[in-house]
Amino acid sequence: MWRGTVSAAWSTITTLTRRFLETVVPPLVMLALILFVWQILCGRPGATLPAPSVVWAEAGDLVMQPFFDNGPQDIGLGWRVLVSIERVLYGFGLASIVGILLGALVGQSVYAMRGLDPIFQVLRTVPPLAWLPLALAAFRDSNPSAIFVIFITSIWPIIINTAAGIRNIPQDYRNVASVLRLNPLEFFVRIMVPAAAPYIFTGLRIGIGLAWLAIVAAEMLTGGVGIGFFIWDAWNSSRLPDIIVALAYIGLTGFVLDRLVGMIGSIVTHGTTAS
Amino acid sequence: MQRPYLKVDHVSKSFSRGGKTTEVLSDIQLSIARGEFVAIIGHSGCGKSTLLNLVAGLTPVTTGGILLEEREVASPGPDRAIVFQNHSLLPWLTVYANVRLAVDKVHGKKKSRRERHRWTMHNLELVQMAHAKDKRPAEISGGMKQRVGLARALAMEPKVLLLDEPFGALDALTRAHLQDSVMRIHASLGNTVIMITHDVDEAVLLSDRIVMMTNGPAARIGEVLDVSLPRPRERLELAADPVYVHAREEVLRFLYERHHFVEAA
Ligand SMILES: Nc1ncnc2c1ncn2[C@@H]1O[C@H](COP(=O)(O)OP(=O)(O)OP(=O)(O)O)[C@@H](O)[C@H]1O
Ligand SMILES: [Mg+2]
Repeated sequence: MWRGTVSAAWSTITTLTRRFLETVVPPLVMLALILFVWQILCGRPGATLPAPSVVWAEAGDLVMQPFFDNGPQDIGLGWRVLVSIERVLYGFGLASIVGILLGALVGQSVYAMRGLDPIFQVLRTVPPLAWLPLALAAFRDSNPSAIFVIFITSIWPIIINTAAGIRNIPQDYRNVASVLRLNPLEFFVRIMVPAAAPYIFTGLRIGIGLAWLAIVAAEMLTGGVGIGFFIWDAWNSSRLPDIIVALAYIGLTGFVLDRLVGMIGSIVTHGTTAS
Repeated sequence: MQRPYLKVDHVSKSFSRGGKTTEVLSDIQLSIARGEFVAIIGHSGCGKSTLLNLVAGLTPVTTGGILLEEREVASPGPDRAIVFQNHSLLPWLTVYANVRLAVDKVHGKKKSRRERHRWTMHNLELVQMAHAKDKRPAEISGGMKQRVGLARALAMEPKVLLLDEPFGALDALTRAHLQDSVMRIHASLGNTVIMITHDVDEAVLLSDRIVMMTNGPAARIGEVLDVSLPRPRERLELAADPVYVHAREEVLRFLYERHHFVEAA
């Protein structure tokens, strides 16, 4: 009995170790390799970009202290990222609600589909920043404009995927709903959303990725305390190492946001896909 | 004869697609008494599901009318609960929640929360599925799914219970089990049932009348056979019963001699 428990625990440990080795070690090795090559390329005299050692020497404090706060424009990158995330959450949250509702409309009604789908297909190709001047003109303030750019960037994949999900709801579920005489609201909540959830989350995941791409660009133009403006500011005062650290922050945050939505999706849609 | 409970009156059904119209059902007439168990049998594709969907109100009739208690059937509703050919439970809900959704929707106004819970459990017990109430449809077998589908339909207390080949996809043993369940439930609740089947034995064992349909397109009711076997029926004893054997032969003769399956149909 004892021996059984011990060997079971042992095998758990070995599988965990193996999984750790398989998933964490390869990227670390590659990272070290990239840093090494980078160091060699940019360590020579006359190099235009800073080498990793220079970045570490000049901007290491930004890495080690994400949350310092020395007054209005002198705060840690962690704070800046949080400010940007806040904007993204407003814009993206709004886009999720409107996008799912519009997607439901387009997916459910052939006429809405015929009327709106071509318009959506055209609008979705407009680059995020092209909306910014209009938004600035309309809102006369940079913060709502940035949020609007996030909204308009992330809404299209949400609409399109939700509509696809709703068009793919099996007739059987619709029959069940009509035998039970579900009203439109009940149908939306009890049947449409859960049945289309895998599609909706695909849209949300694409949407949050685009939103994060757009916020950095939008903030470079609108100012404020977000991470995007930090890059612009660093460029204007020629602090290249700071920019490189900020890029790492942006990349990691985008990765975490993507995984987060993916995780929520797989928890929420658990059991939906299989029948 | 008393006035029929459910009346399918000169109903025909055509589907049109791309300017082409095909008549699937032609001049169907059928009267069903309260508490009667009617089986509909016919070759694949003849329009059995279509007929059941018409009664359910899921598709509109082309001509004619369907009357339930002398009121015209125009839209789907819980008074004509249907167990679908492929169970169609909602996969994101547990077994309990699937039945409870129907109970809440149909009895929400009349019953309290506690009563609705009890009624849900009661119907799950009726089909012997209470033990799996927290499982999701993906976690239970095909036979169990059909049981839950049946519980969901029964929980609506329908005037007419519509069964579309509910056991078609199951193995013989499971099928026999479920047939016994249906007979037991029919005996104790006295539901009016229309059941579609491919299976001659199932039709004879369960029903009071067997409606035999000709092949499509434009399928009609070919013959109607009364099965005057006393209830309760025991499948083992019936195997040698002359009435049973005769009924079986009649149906087989209809299906395989007079209206044998035509591939082109
Ligand atoms: N929505 C529809 N549009 C066009 N044709 C249809 C439609 N539904 C059914 N049909 C046609 O009606 C005919 C009858 O179909 P139905 O599903 O009622 O057959 P069935 O007797 O239930 O067959 P099975 O025993 O295989 O379930 C078929 O030829 C089918 O192609
Ligand atoms: Mg069918």
